[in-house]
Amino acid sequence: MKTAQAGTLESSDILITVVPQEAGSGIRIEIDSIVSLQYGEAIQAVIADTLAEAGVADMLVKAMDRGALDCTIKARLMTALDRARANGGNV
Amino acid sequence: MTIRRSMLFIPGNNPGMLQNGGVFGADSVILDLEDAVAPTEKDAARRLVSMALIHADFGKSEKVVRINPLDCNGSVDIAAIVPCRPDAILLPKAQTAAEIRDVAAQIAAAEAEGQEPVKIIALIETPRGLANALEIAEAHPRVVGLALGAEDYTAGLGATRSKEGGEILTARMLLVNAASAAGIDVIDTPFTDAADDEGVAEDSVLARKLGFKGKLAINPRQVDVIHEAFSPSSKEIGWAERVIEALAQAEAQGSGVCSVDGKMVDAPIANRARRTLEVAKILGLKMGDK
Repeated sequence: MKTAQAGTLESSDILITVVPQEAGSGIRIEIDSIVSLQYGEAIQAVIADTLAEAGVADMLVKAMDRGALDCTIKARLMTALDRARANGGNV
Repeated sequence: MTIRRSMLFIPGNNPGMLQNGGVFGADSVILDLEDAVAPTEKDAARRLVSMALIHADFGKSEKVVRINPLDCNGSVDIAAIVPCRPDAILLPKAQTAAEIRDVAAQIAAAEAEGQEPVKIIALIETPRGLANALEIAEAHPRVVGLALGAEDYTAGLGATRSKEGGEILTARMLLVNAASAAGIDVIDTPFTDAADDEGVAEDSVLARKLGFKGKLAINPRQVDVIHEAFSPSSKEIGWAERVIEALAQAEAQGSGVCSVDGKMVDAPIANRARRTLEVAKILGLKMGDK
């Protein structure tokens, strides 16, 4: 897997970058959001759940959120993971 | 009966538009994976539209997804989108009956057990597609409509596209004829100048007169104008009521023949009156001016 990205910085979207880590490193999530005070924990939870569903154990996820709904966060993260797995990433 | 007066395109890689897709009041929303999405973002749009189908509220709008053509990863779109339960797939650049049967088979293979069958609307936008319109319309029971894409079609002809649309009149009538022969819906090409409210109104009125049941829309501001053109007027509802009443009276008197406004009511007229009243009822329109 390679570093990959999906999403945009437009309103209602989120730009997610996934950076694969060495085995045993665990999950690290960095969130920059316009609504982090109210929804930071919820965004963190959606990302963590999506990584778990995808069977990803070692990953740095950087998320720049512009008010994305949960389903958008999930879609963008899944796309970033697809891209990380295919063709050696896109970043 | 599904009413498709307006079918509004929503860009498939735009979360803001997708999550608000239900507020525009369109009879159908078309979540677009084709022209509205950059080639490098097809994978992202596919994921986003899949999630939107499952989680977003599209209100009463029919959920249609325009996939990419089969030779541009359309099969990947079908496999990803169909299990998320859209109401219909809009197939761009439909050209042959064999292609429709292929898409129908792929949809059947992708559907979950017990899922409501996903319908097909064929977008006719090439000279070959138009030449095969009736075969396409009758290719499979899943096909519920034909739609015209006049921009690509006129490019294929080498014709110049105009606001008046003289260059697409034959295409419009051939498509209306094919869809009517097959007993399915026929949807007109979009009016591409989103800032010209008068233009879209005139084009919609013309399309309805030609026999179209609805029109593709490329901007939410076109929806109300299109609805006005494609909804039965009070006068039309009143006429339809008088036709049905005259038929009932004739039947009660043991006669199979009647006339309204001096014109004989035959089977096609009766069917048109019944459809008008059915549409009016579904739309909750008030009774007509008799």
